[in-house]
Amino acid sequence: MTAISVTGLSKRYGDTLAVDGIAFAVAPGETLGLLGGNGAGKTTTIAMLLGLLIPTSGRISILGHDMATDRFAALARMNFSSPYVALPGRLSVAENLRVYAHLYGVRRIDARIAELAGQLDLDTLMDRPAGELSAGQKTRVALAKSLINRPDVLLLDEPTASLDPDTGDLVRGWLERYRAESGCTILLASHNMAEVERLCSQVLMLKKGRIVDRGAPQDLLDRYGRDDLEQVFLDIARDRQHPEAVA
Amino acid sequence: MMGPTSPIMASGQRIWGLMYRHLALFRRSWPRLLELAYWPVLQMCIWGFTASFLATRTGSPAALAGGALLGGVLLWEVSLRSQMGMSITFLEEIWSRNLGHVFVSPLRPFELVTALVAMSAIRMMAGVIPAALLAWALYAFNLFAIGPVLLLFFVNLMVMGWAVALAVVSLILRHGAGAEALAWSVLFGLTPFAAVFYPVSVLPTWLQPVAFAVPASHVFEGMRAALLDGTIAWDQLAWASGINVVWLIGAAVLFSAQFQVARRSGALLSIGE
Repeated sequence: MTAISVTGLSKRYGDTLAVDGIAFAVAPGETLGLLGGNGAGKTTTIAMLLGLLIPTSGRISILGHDMATDRFAALARMNFSSPYVALPGRLSVAENLRVYAHLYGVRRIDARIAELAGQLDLDTLMDRPAGELSAGQKTRVALAKSLINRPDVLLLDEPTASLDPDTGDLVRGWLERYRAESGCTILLASHNMAEVERLCSQVLMLKKGRIVDRGAPQDLLDRYGRDDLEQVFLDIARDRQHPEAVA
Repeated sequence: MMGPTSPIMASGQRIWGLMYRHLALFRRSWPRLLELAYWPVLQMCIWGFTASFLATRTGSPAALAGGALLGGVLLWEVSLRSQMGMSITFLEEIWSRNLGHVFVSPLRPFELVTALVAMSAIRMMAGVIPAALLAWALYAFNLFAIGPVLLLFFVNLMVMGWAVALAVVSLILRHGAGAEALAWSVLFGLTPFAAVFYPVSVLPTWLQPVAFAVPASHVFEGMRAALLDGTIAWDQLAWASGINVVWLIGAAVLFSAQFQVARRSGALLSIGE
């Protein structure tokens, strides 16, 4: 069984086709990178995977649950983090984590919060209002929130955006360890190509709502004859090469 | 690690989770708590002293009318605070840019509404109880002298507030924060037709059907019957309850439809912008 299965997925806003008939599957324990420029359809795709947005056509199945008819069963086993969706700033870190522990039906809440606080070095921040934290601290709290229910599928939208290189590296290292230990499936949208190369076993390249290429990071580098994914990204964005579309 | 196995307990835990989020907000912000009681108490001061002044100038009939006036002020606050409490609790999620996290959690829409209703009831109590105590202390007006039927008045006014709030939340879902002014204004617009301070018979004949379609007008007719004549107008209570059912069904249908429209249009992604 695949963890995430997407077939013929489209989203149209009036005359604009934001996502155009994409299809992909993610195996359990795999980390898939979603790459593309602004307006490529990454956020729209993630919103549809999360059930925030109803597709114009196509089908999404997550952990065997059809998102059109059974999304709450899937949502209980998923989680999400994005620097663009905040946590209530006036609540303390501990209160925020407690809220989401309840929403995700976590048992032994205190033990789970203490475990995450230890793992993500949040112990000294627990009583501080979330709105008063630095960008790096907020990212670690958002990550703790996204792991509160030990998700089987984790959707991350630019998880290290606005972080300094040191903090970004710590977060990436933590995600690698978490995936290895838990077997969690991760879908990662990012503009950080080094991050995608490091974390993802498969990459989808999106442009104007379509998948224009896909493969393992090393396969893409070989196919485009480049040394890093940033160059591959630029080749695709600027139509410098036209490898055969696989979508 | 996952929580309760019973679906009802799991649902209860999710509802409590959202309530805890808003209760924690009050724990950390005493001005928010103070604000809940501010307007009801202020209203009670203004109308209470007005009623006292009229009673001293014109005697017993005005004193009776003054009692009805104070009862109207207090009970109308039940509807106003219930409606605002629910709408503003929802707006808090938008203002904190947290709605995305809430909607991608396993919280069902009916659980969201239940949590909003529960928070609205708490906020309403925090506003109306101090005002009722003030009316008793300053003007010797005891709202509870109406008797157990007062509970039915309360319930009907709360339900009407929730129905209006659900409609407001639906419009905010559809039109975003641009519709948030409705959270403060919409029920004030119904005040002339709610018979709060005067009977429906005072209105022009052509406006009376509008007033009779408002549940509160029947509650206030019932309140005046209880306060001025000492009778319980069961027929008015029955009308209020029946119309409330219609309003609630209408609001629930509107909410469900607008939630689906928002999921189709992408409004949930940009609702705070």
